Amino acid sequence: MAREVTGMVERRGMGLWFTHLLMIAGVLVIFFPIWLAFVASTVTQPEIVQPPMPLWPGDRFIENYTAALFSGVNVPVLTMLANSMVMAIGIAVGKIVISLLSAFAIVYFRFPGRNIFFWLIFLTLMLPVEVRIVPTYEVIAGFGMLNSYSGLIFPLIASATATFLFRQFFLTVPDELAEAARVDGARPMRFFWDILLPMSRTNIAALFVILFIYGWNQYLWPLLITTDPSMNTIVMGIKQMFPSGDDVADWPVIMATSILAMVPPVVVVISMQKLFIRGLVDSEK
Amino acid sequence: MHKTAFGALLAGTTMLSPMAAMAQTDIQFWHAFTGRLGELVAAQVETFNSSQSDYHVTATHKGNYSETLNAGIAAFRAGEQPQILMVFEVGTATMMSAKGAIKPVHEVMADAGADFDPDAYIGSVKGYYTSTDGQMLSLPFNSSTPVLWVNRDALAGAGIDPDTDLSTWQNVDATLDKLKDAGHDCPLTTAWQSWIHLENLSAYHDVPFATKDNGFAGLDTELALNGPVQVRHIAQMGEWAGEGKFIYAGRRNEGGANFRAGECALFTESSAGYAGIKAEAQFDFDVRPLPYWDGVDGAPQNTIIGGASLWVMEGHEAEEYKAVAAFLNFLSSTEVQAKWHQDTGYLPITIAAGEKTRADGFYAANPGTDVAVIQMTAKQPTANSKGLRLGSFDQIRGIIDEELEAVWSDDKDAQAALDSAATRGNQLLRRFEQANR
Amino acid sequence: MEKRVTFKGWLLPLCLIAPQVVISAVFFFYPAGQAVWQSLFIPDPFGLSSRFVGLGNFEYLLGDPYYRSAFVTTAIFSTLVTLTAMVPALFLAVLADRLVKSAGVYRTLLIWPYAVAPAVAGVLWLFMFNTRVGVVAWYLGQLGYDWNHVLNEGEAMGLVVVASSWGRISYNFLFFFAALQAVPRSIIEAAAIDGARFWRRFFTIVLPLLSPTTFFLLVVNVVYAFFETFGVIHTITSGGPQQATTILVYKVFSDGFVGQDLGSSAAQSVILLVVVGLLTVVQFKFVEKRVHY
Repeated sequence: MAREVTGMVERRGMGLWFTHLLMIAGVLVIFFPIWLAFVASTVTQPEIVQPPMPLWPGDRFIENYTAALFSGVNVPVLTMLANSMVMAIGIAVGKIVISLLSAFAIVYFRFPGRNIFFWLIFLTLMLPVEVRIVPTYEVIAGFGMLNSYSGLIFPLIASATATFLFRQFFLTVPDELAEAARVDGARPMRFFWDILLPMSRTNIAALFVILFIYGWNQYLWPLLITTDPSMNTIVMGIKQMFPSGDDVADWPVIMATSILAMVPPVVVVISMQKLFIRGLVDSEK
Repeated sequence: MHKTAFGALLAGTTMLSPMAAMAQTDIQFWHAFTGRLGELVAAQVETFNSSQSDYHVTATHKGNYSETLNAGIAAFRAGEQPQILMVFEVGTATMMSAKGAIKPVHEVMADAGADFDPDAYIGSVKGYYTSTDGQMLSLPFNSSTPVLWVNRDALAGAGIDPDTDLSTWQNVDATLDKLKDAGHDCPLTTAWQSWIHLENLSAYHDVPFATKDNGFAGLDTELALNGPVQVRHIAQMGEWAGEGKFIYAGRRNEGGANFRAGECALFTESSAGYAGIKAEAQFDFDVRPLPYWDGVDGAPQNTIIGGASLWVMEGHEAEEYKAVAAFLNFLSSTEVQAKWHQDTGYLPITIAAGEKTRADGFYAANPGTDVAVIQMTAKQPTANSKGLRLGSFDQIRGIIDEELEAVWSDDKDAQAALDSAATRGNQLLRRFEQANR
Repeated sequence: MEKRVTFKGWLLPLCLIAPQVVISAVFFFYPAGQAVWQSLFIPDPFGLSSRFVGLGNFEYLLGDPYYRSAFVTTAIFSTLVTLTAMVPALFLAVLADRLVKSAGVYRTLLIWPYAVAPAVAGVLWLFMFNTRVGVVAWYLGQLGYDWNHVLNEGEAMGLVVVASSWGRISYNFLFFFAALQAVPRSIIEAAAIDGARFWRRFFTIVLPLLSPTTFFLLVVNVVYAFFETFGVIHTITSGGPQQATTILVYKVFSDGFVGQDLGSSAAQSVILLVVVGLLTVVQFKFVEKRVHY
């Protein structure tokens, strides 16, 4: 109802068209790099290296994508896509589970060391794996987790983004709900399962998207700990297609792989858009 | 044992023994090659694997040169190191100092009882990877040296005889003037500026790049790259940059794209640029020896190599080292080397491979492909032209890149930039010395 | 911001928090502690030997003008990335908020870049501005502008800033758009009836209401600019030209993993840790005090 009224306030002929125009310009600018990558993935190498390259797709779509998907660097891009998928889902699910539990503990309980734990967890928000990578690598190797999904996943779960967001959200949950649960004599976990978790659905969806993309986009960590080609992920694969020595960059195949690397996260973002955005709104209220 | 395998290869048959297949020894080989080079490496490994049944090599691409070295080091710290690690030439000092992490190639060969004749290898190639007492520490794998690539059509288009003498920088200077006067946008560009215009420049003019025989004689070496020859050259390049005669394209081989597209007339780049240029250039090109400054005593001496060598890592079983010895011997064999040299433009590592290539008529059919070989081997290397052995060298190259960029953009003069590079680089050398004392 | 209603007991919450604490301890605090310990040594790269140097690594770093200038570069870079990622996002969000019916379509198109890895974004932008094959660089050349980010420090900084901000614009847009939609309509209507003009209304009423979102995004974007832009800088400039785009995290990487100088790299991690700790505390004091409806 409210939106309708605003709409009436805002919609005035010229102004509306001007807004559309600005918006379209914005979208075009933002979208251009992806469009260009797509065009580059459908033309031949000579068309790219003799500038200017065309701005409209060519006819080499099938050839370039076949080369990318089935030849790859050390393994077919398909294998790398599967590895990225496992890693991204593992990180997203793992982090959401441990974060839900710890945020619940921090918000709904007063227990010894609570503040210290909170700050310890929060500190991890700030120092990504790149900065402590050598010791972290040694830990993983010590557990024999090189070339394993758990080695790819665990160190990247050790960060507090999700805990932070769940804490913010739980703080906005009306106290009456917990009060009622307490008066009814409901045990804390009952409250967690029956009330808090269903209420958090949209937040979980939002976080899943964020974390899936975070996991999917990892580069340095997989490069270090996967010494077995069959464990490579796609983002490191793209980087590896650039020649290190005196070879020539095969732009069409590199760009085709870039596009392939974008497809799963884009699908996740777009398909979960509504849930994701509702989650954001709720967590920011 | 490897002899049997090797014989089998030469005969073009595989003599598989069903018993031997039961106890196959598997070894890891980490390298930095993608694309066409990656395919060639994969083919070599495949040939080796199918040529015998005792050993199996698994080749893995670990990123670019720096990333591959890092992966190897990190893996060693975790006890997960491969048997064979490809390390680029600037990592040589790092590897050499890591006693306990590496097993010198001559030792691997001796322990495995393999046939190994160090004299079969080309002196100026193996010299970079040989200890001061003449023992081979790592096996040269891909080695190249800088040469001058010429776009003949561009010269002709500017009214210059495409066969004009470009053997000295003085002549190049005159040619650049003409190109500029004819309105050419990119008379000269380069790849790998530090490697070509300082490291090789120094060796080629027989002046030190660093004290203590360029670091071969001790960790207490200091950079000497700010001498008069180097300053003169960099000052000249800076002047060309200011006049739009030298176009700087980037720290690595970004300039290659400009040259291959026909935009640049002259291009200083590794001899290994051959395959790429041949594949993409739609103009008449040829390859010349790297120019030198006429009037400098001893110039032209010889140029030095770039590329990578194979290091054998410590901490594996004797049987695995036998497999390593067999594989390294396979790689050094004349057949494999000659093919590698002809396919890639990298230098052959053995004298026999070079001779076979000549006998095959390859140089005759592809004029200019032997320029690099001649330039490397024309003279006996001196203490200044044997190679470089400096710790933290990748980082020092980064510093040199920064300082050279300051010259090209006219923020500093050549002397100030090279002095600063020496001071900053020396700090790193001292830290490396402390870490490895 | 504390709950008034809480549950009793201490064993259950400790069990609930245990998985995160254990994982953080093993994969975060222990390695971070190792970094602190290693900062007192100059080890060789292979971990075969190491020399105790006390605070020698820190002295070396703080006496190095290039390290100090990396601080300045990081400050400039982070500010620019945060602004470039937030201002257009807010602008687009305000536009989208006005276009009730088609907002969904625009939103769907705008969020694509969010899904692109920083390393891949670096590749895409490099591809456009590559001095050789780059289409944008080529057209700029036709217009008479000689684009050369490999030598021009300002252009290099501009390029890494834009490439780093690109995906974040989508991210920030989503947050701003969601927050705008959540602004109580009655407030805006009341202002509109008062005859307040749109932008005035925006700055005096809407923007303050967005302050929790803005603050949250500020923190997240600064952290992003500090730490996650590594892939972009690595693919586009490698910290150059000269040291124009060498930010602190890139320097940790290049000294530690390119230069194999683990002592210096560990000391830099410790300095970063301290900086980040301070930043966090300051920001939290700030968020608790200032950002309220």
